[in-house]
Amino acid sequence: MNKLFIRGGTAVFPDRCEECDILVEGSTIARIGRGLKAPAGARVIEAQGLHVFPGLIDLHVHLREPGFEYKEDIASGSAAAVRGGFTQVCCMPNTDPVCDNAAVVGYIVARGKEVGLCKVRPIGAITRGEKGEQLAEMGKMKDAGAVAVSDDGRPVSDARMMRLAMEYASDFGLVCLSHCEDRSLVDGGVVNEGYNSTLAGLKGIPRAAEEIMLAREIILAETLGKRVHICHVSTKGGVQLLREAKARGVAVTAETCPHYFTLTDDIVTSFDANTKVNPPVREAEDVAAIKAGLADGTLDCIVTDHAPHHADEKNVEYNLAAFGISGIETSFSLSYTALVRGGVLTLPQLADRMSAAPARVLSLEGGTLCEGGAADIMLADLNEKYVIDSKDFVSKGKNTPFNGTEVYGRVKYTIVDGDIKFGL
Amino acid sequence: MIGKDFLGLCDATAEDIVTILDTAVGMKRLLTQNLKKLPHLQGRTVTTLFYENSTRTRCSFELAAKYLGAGTVNISASSSSVQKGETLIDTGYTLDAMKNDIIVIRHPMGGAPHLLAKHVRASVVNGGDGMNEHPTQALLDFYTMREKFGGFRGLKVAILGDIKHSRVAKSNLFGLTKLGAEVVLYAPATLMPQGIGRMGAKIARSREEALSGANVVMGLRIQLERMHGGLFPSLSEYARYYGVSEEHLRFADKDCIVMHPGPVNRGVEFTSGVIDAENSKITEQVLNGVAVRMALLFLLCKNRQGGSGNE
Repeated sequence: MNKLFIRGGTAVFPDRCEECDILVEGSTIARIGRGLKAPAGARVIEAQGLHVFPGLIDLHVHLREPGFEYKEDIASGSAAAVRGGFTQVCCMPNTDPVCDNAAVVGYIVARGKEVGLCKVRPIGAITRGEKGEQLAEMGKMKDAGAVAVSDDGRPVSDARMMRLAMEYASDFGLVCLSHCEDRSLVDGGVVNEGYNSTLAGLKGIPRAAEEIMLAREIILAETLGKRVHICHVSTKGGVQLLREAKARGVAVTAETCPHYFTLTDDIVTSFDANTKVNPPVREAEDVAAIKAGLADGTLDCIVTDHAPHHADEKNVEYNLAAFGISGIETSFSLSYTALVRGGVLTLPQLADRMSAAPARVLSLEGGTLCEGGAADIMLADLNEKYVIDSKDFVSKGKNTPFNGTEVYGRVKYTIVDGDIKFGL
Repeated sequence: MIGKDFLGLCDATAEDIVTILDTAVGMKRLLTQNLKKLPHLQGRTVTTLFYENSTRTRCSFELAAKYLGAGTVNISASSSSVQKGETLIDTGYTLDAMKNDIIVIRHPMGGAPHLLAKHVRASVVNGGDGMNEHPTQALLDFYTMREKFGGFRGLKVAILGDIKHSRVAKSNLFGLTKLGAEVVLYAPATLMPQGIGRMGAKIARSREEALSGANVVMGLRIQLERMHGGLFPSLSEYARYYGVSEEHLRFADKDCIVMHPGPVNRGVEFTSGVIDAENSKITEQVLNGVAVRMALLFLLCKNRQGGSGNE
């Protein structure tokens, strides 16, 4: 059996950070403790000065395969994931063909295993073809390996359809992940509606477009007694709706992304299409509310919404450019820098939002460092400072608004099921 | 300092604007002569690249270039071909390869001139981009105001109409606030953009408040497609509650002038009585447009002679 010994790192546990050694045997963590001895034949990682996190888990990525391999594929997306410290990623179904049936789910699972870097968990579509008209075969997709359902990128506009989806998905223990967007209010908008949309003359997307559907999902979940998970929350009002719903005991969970707590829409006046993302980055009061929501747990998880695109899809007029940010290789550093160094979260809380909470939301393995648990581990040097440069990305998508941003916290090793899948 | 490109008044200084207006004075003098030809742009090429329909702006730029001796090329592209065919950047490379000196671009999307400017050696002039800016229209408006009032400080400029979709209103606002004028806006709430108050404009609560004591009354064209999009119920309702008639003009300063970027919908933004009144500068604006565009083309070409961008 393969043995791996991580010596002397500072492990991040749910309640504390503590210097200790970790012994991995096969694909599980065998022992955690101080002064352990490396067994003969074990591979040793000298982790003094490094922090040892549970492997990061991303509930929201776009791996683009099948169909859009020119943007990303499961191999390049997996490589980018482990470079970013992620041991497990859940990929959205807006592929071509849409991942709305067991065959496509099975293909993604098989490709993920074949690539063999991070664990790839497909999310099935809520409706066939993400058309919002007829439920997809959730039971068969679950059996083939789907971990949740979502029509991400194509919101389920019809409230009755969403109600049926929440009810039916619950029969199979699946949660609906809702991309909240009232299309009638979006009305061709490309940036946050406000001062900067007017300044740049770019059509705005009002916060209400997101919040109205978010309120709908909360009300549906509450009246039906079912679960729902809200994707990429970007607004202050959305955080408030979630906080109130959770206080009432509604079974709602939610995620946000690094760009929503690090950027404001001041950046869109450059007309740089790499700032174009859906939902759009908002204003300072929203950034503050997102941070507060992460701090008090209103927002359960940090995800990336990793949305790689080809350069040709961004080197065009702002209105014509594709929405999305390639984010999986910058998420940890941005989150650590903005939230932990920024005094919003403690290290254990950061590990919760990026690993334990995502695991809880979708009942995935991993999420904490514990004896007997999966040996999904990430090591980072929190003192290492560097400047983000998309030329270094291994993702095919170089579309980031963070080029030139100075961050702390470099991922050094990513270990999946006891194997080192990334190491600097 | 006027640089390689001229993309908008958001980033221009008051000095830049005044330089262009001062240069335009001599140009206008030339326009009133029988022999309208100067050699300043001889050997230069000015291309108009229009992705939107336009009569007066394109014609104005073309004549401005011709009066200064430049060669001109006009390219029309429908905005749908932008989405299907050659990218804007590739079109820019092509025009650059043919050694154009200046590209005047009009485009239905904000920021398109900025994207083009980043990728070509030619000087790029913004001839109107989406809801962003229409800086040469604002310059001709300023020229017209200055010609009448001598300056801008203390002027009250009332702009009425579809502010939300108007690049003319934006460029006027950016420039006039720098020049020291007061800008008051009035529009149906559905046609008033968010955050514009933070840009230095005063938002009037009534037509009378907007017009009260105004030195300049500027109307903006109402597009029928806005009505079809549900932003207001009908042209007649618009005319009744937001249009300007001679009656309403009594609230304005007695020495006020009336302006409109055109084309005008008679009886909607303004009644015909307002459009054809003695204090209407609407046709004078068109003449001034040629003069300021001559001035701008001249200044940009002068930069290219000395600058490193010249070949």
